[in-house]
Amino acid sequence: MRWLDLFRARKPAQASASAAKERLQIVLAHERIGRTREDFLPKLQQELVAVVARYVAIDPNKVAVNLDRGGDMSTLEIEIELPGPQAARLQAAASR
Amino acid sequence: MAEVIVVTSGKGGVGKTTTSAAFGTGLAQRGKRTVLIDFDVGLRNLDLIMGLERRVVFDIVNVIQGEAKLNQALIRDKRVDTLAILPASQTRDKDALTKEGVQQIIEELSREFDYIICDSPAGIEKGAMLALYFADQAIIVTNPEVSSVRDSDRILGVLQSRSRRAEEKRERVKEHLLVTRYDPARVERGEMLKLEDVQEILAIPLLGVVPESESVLRASNTGTPVILDNESNAGQAYKDAVGRFLGEDVPHRFLEPERKGLLRRLFGGRAA
Repeated sequence: MRWLDLFRARKPAQASASAAKERLQIVLAHERIGRTREDFLPKLQQELVAVVARYVAIDPNKVAVNLDRGGDMSTLEIEIELPGPQAARLQAAASR
Repeated sequence: MAEVIVVTSGKGGVGKTTTSAAFGTGLAQRGKRTVLIDFDVGLRNLDLIMGLERRVVFDIVNVIQGEAKLNQALIRDKRVDTLAILPASQTRDKDALTKEGVQQIIEELSREFDYIICDSPAGIEKGAMLALYFADQAIIVTNPEVSSVRDSDRILGVLQSRSRRAEEKRERVKEHLLVTRYDPARVERGEMLKLEDVQEILAIPLLGVVPESESVLRASNTGTPVILDNESNAGQAYKDAVGRFLGEDVPHRFLEPERKGLLRRLFGGRAA
């Protein structure tokens, strides 16, 4: 019942300081590493795409690289869209 | 040789100029011959915070470009006689500062002063880089807030890689952490990063903690460095920091919320 709320203690404000600390620790851990080495992601993407392209015909614009930086674990996600058989045939015909 | 101290932070609005004014005035009050240089060319404000805006005739860019002698541009403070400031230019842009020009000014000031305090502009562009380039020591002004802490960390990286000491592979720039706008009541409620957290994250020696205080705005309104306000918490905290900088063992104050009596709680009255 609403009027009973009057007797309850006021809801404490959310303690957000711990979230601030945790987020800072994670982002700085990564930025400090990046400071000594230059950003390797663009180069990694280029080289990976080059390797895959040696075996499969791919469209360089259909490559997505995502990095999710976490405290204990980071994931690097690379998504390369391969052309369907039709597109591949067309491409092959075009290059002839 | 004078010690060159840069007051920097990366982020804007955290209290660099307030700190430069207070800390420099504090050193001068201790009899140290101190000069403050405003590096924020285009957006000068140290003169205003110091209450010397009406005495600016020449500025740092005039000196670099040979239009005025250093002594003509220096403004001697009338409240503390060992204190002087070198204002920034209001009309030129940052490119008017050159490394050689700044070096010459610092060398010349070194002969007359014990401490040269460089008030850095925000950011990490030319003005900020030049402000920290010649530093022997650095005061990192940080608010207990994520973007400020992150930018401080970034600036620490710049200091250890791009300063003259780093380039010449000499002894590293000595770093001091100054936490400003600290609100112990909000820290107690878990709403603000704790001092210990900021220290743990940045991992540099603590010079002082300046509490959030109404006296800082009052001081800037009147053009009086807050350290000259003996009643204010912030002024006292800056005094303590100056003492620690000079090697004294001064305990930290203003880290706990003020306990107000019932009457004060009812009838208001905030931190001095």
